[in-house]
Amino acid sequence: MNIHEYQGKTLFKQAGVKVQNGIHCKTVLEALSAYDNLDSKIVAVKSQIHAGGRGKGNLYDQKTGDLVMEGGVKIAFSRDDVETYSSNIIGRKLVTKQTGPEGKIVNNLYIEAGCSIVHEYYLALLVDREAKSVLIMASTEGGVDIEEVAENTPEAIHKIWTHPVDGLNEKDAEQMADKLGLSGDSKKDLVSMLISLSTMFVERDCSMIEINPLVRSESGEMIALDAKVSFDDNASYRHPWMDEMRDHSEEEEVEIRAHEHGLSYVKLDGNIGCLVNGAGLAMASMDVIKLYGGEPANFLDIGGGATRESITTAFGIILEDDNVEGILVNIFGGIIQCDMVARSVIEASNELGLEVPLVVRFSGTNHVEGKLVLDNCDLDVHTASTLSEGAAKIVELTRGEE
Amino acid sequence: MSIWIHEDSKVLIQGITGKQGTFHGTMMDEYQTNVVGGVTPGKGGQIVELPNKNVPVFNTVTEGLEKTNADVSVIYVPAKFAAAAIIEAADAFDKNGGGLIVCITEGIPILDMIRAVAKVDGYPNVRLIGPNCPGIITPGDNGGCKVGIMPGFIHAKGRIGIVSKSGTLTYEAVAQTMSVNEGQSTCVGIGGDPVNGTGFIDCLSAFEADPQTEAIVMIGEIGGSAEEEAAEWASKNMSKPIVGFVAGSTAPPGKRMGHAGAIISGGKGTAEEKFAAFEEAGIYVARDPSEIGNVLVKALKDAGLR
Repeated sequence: MNIHEYQGKTLFKQAGVKVQNGIHCKTVLEALSAYDNLDSKIVAVKSQIHAGGRGKGNLYDQKTGDLVMEGGVKIAFSRDDVETYSSNIIGRKLVTKQTGPEGKIVNNLYIEAGCSIVHEYYLALLVDREAKSVLIMASTEGGVDIEEVAENTPEAIHKIWTHPVDGLNEKDAEQMADKLGLSGDSKKDLVSMLISLSTMFVERDCSMIEINPLVRSESGEMIALDAKVSFDDNASYRHPWMDEMRDHSEEEEVEIRAHEHGLSYVKLDGNIGCLVNGAGLAMASMDVIKLYGGEPANFLDIGGGATRESITTAFGIILEDDNVEGILVNIFGGIIQCDMVARSVIEASNELGLEVPLVVRFSGTNHVEGKLVLDNCDLDVHTASTLSEGAAKIVELTRGEE
Repeated sequence: MSIWIHEDSKVLIQGITGKQGTFHGTMMDEYQTNVVGGVTPGKGGQIVELPNKNVPVFNTVTEGLEKTNADVSVIYVPAKFAAAAIIEAADAFDKNGGGLIVCITEGIPILDMIRAVAKVDGYPNVRLIGPNCPGIITPGDNGGCKVGIMPGFIHAKGRIGIVSKSGTLTYEAVAQTMSVNEGQSTCVGIGGDPVNGTGFIDCLSAFEADPQTEAIVMIGEIGGSAEEEAAEWASKNMSKPIVGFVAGSTAPPGKRMGHAGAIISGGKGTAEEKFAAFEEAGIYVARDPSEIGNVLVKALKDAGLR
């Protein structure tokens, strides 16, 4: 789960990480009153969406699609600037490198006191799957695309790891400060920040904390000017506050609905819907469709505990997508029995009025019974015994439709 | 021979009185797995009826090991208790001379797994497979040893070792070996979570040392760099032929594909990179899982094994 910058900064403040004063707003009026209350002539007016690259993104009018303003993060030097920028941002569509061309509607704004910056750094905490611990990554090359830094000057990125049980060693944090060329109060600030952040990472079950830029101010303070925080959904049961921070408007409604039914669904751009048990097999089914010249419309894993009800929901979700011109069902029965899936598929097809070609491939538990159920039904359904046969068939049938 | 489990392995089931534990305990017993008991805190002294025998329930793994001398423990407990169950089993096995822990549970918080894996890694004689995996199976002449949730009947005893990050795709690989009349020595599902126990290299190394295994099928998926590291390791250390497939060629970056670990982030962990690493390491590549059988036949023929 991702949260907004303004929420991340609230958590930073609680954890003892230095941030500038700022106020979360939803309207231009709120933005102006925030400016009046912040006691800072210069403020940053920042679009709040769950995607990076906001500063270099562009804002477009939702209806006309016209460009309204370049840059989703603006420095305002006056009250008038705040009014101009916030009215250009609220309710507009922000398109960044990370949102894709469809962009995201900006419903939230953050007005933050300005800061005199001497240098910009990059700082991130994340789970290192190879080292099996939490990795802290920092660079003196902040404020820019860190992937480019990693590509061009990997030596400019410094890494330390926390201990799985004991957490961050203060010596390691001090070494990191040295590598970043920090001394005096700035060094002390960074060490305390790293300890606070690694504690917060564990206490709140984060999966990533990224601060880009982390800045050194004129007075030598280390301040988090950005906050990108995400959490491990598997741990949400022990963090009731996660629900309060969740912004549903930032999540795909259909993916949430799928999740509620024990399904894992990701929409893609193709025309062949897939319904599969198991994440790996679901990905492989997409791959094989592509191999035979087709384009998958979705990833859909019905999971090991699928029922008639969840399969009907899955069928409904696939058919909601107007691009879908055919469906491939690929089941390797383990706990799931193919004949149960067969009956569910027939029921769902009848209920939802299936009008596109359907190919079903069964293997494993009760696959013979499953095929028999399909062979004896009124539905126009093609069966296949292997994944490649099934994929080839559905690609051929969807081509025939054109 | 086989790797890590054999037909006589004595298996304890953590969470045996729960719905999953009872159901899969029954399936394991039907496959002739030697289930010797179960663990559910607070239910010690109860008896669970399995098709072939009745087995005792213990309050702790330590007690279970004392009474049964089990060498394997399989975990079917809910996600919020699973890491503690792994740690309990690891401590108990360490005191009892070692053992294998197989964690089937999915949805365990990642920081819990970091702590659990650190614990297991501190014990040289304790191995963890999983979590979020189908388990491990060694088919025998009559049934065999099935520690997990895979359908037993699709397997047969043979000479192919299988290691996979994904569940049903492992079954697909098994079916592919069967389609070309090859059975399996041991099949290991290592799971698709970002932080887990046994990895590809552990499995490859064990298969290389196992006399029964003559060739290996390795199934990866997008995310991380375990496949690339395994390929590089294999190019230097493996004499037995390997057939490889990677799921997720069509997955878009930044979108999680079901498994917590199956995500292309920062342009890293793509299927293309992994296939390329396989090819460079001399691994036989199947681009379509339905071709694994044919590619395996070619690999065996090239090695003079068929």
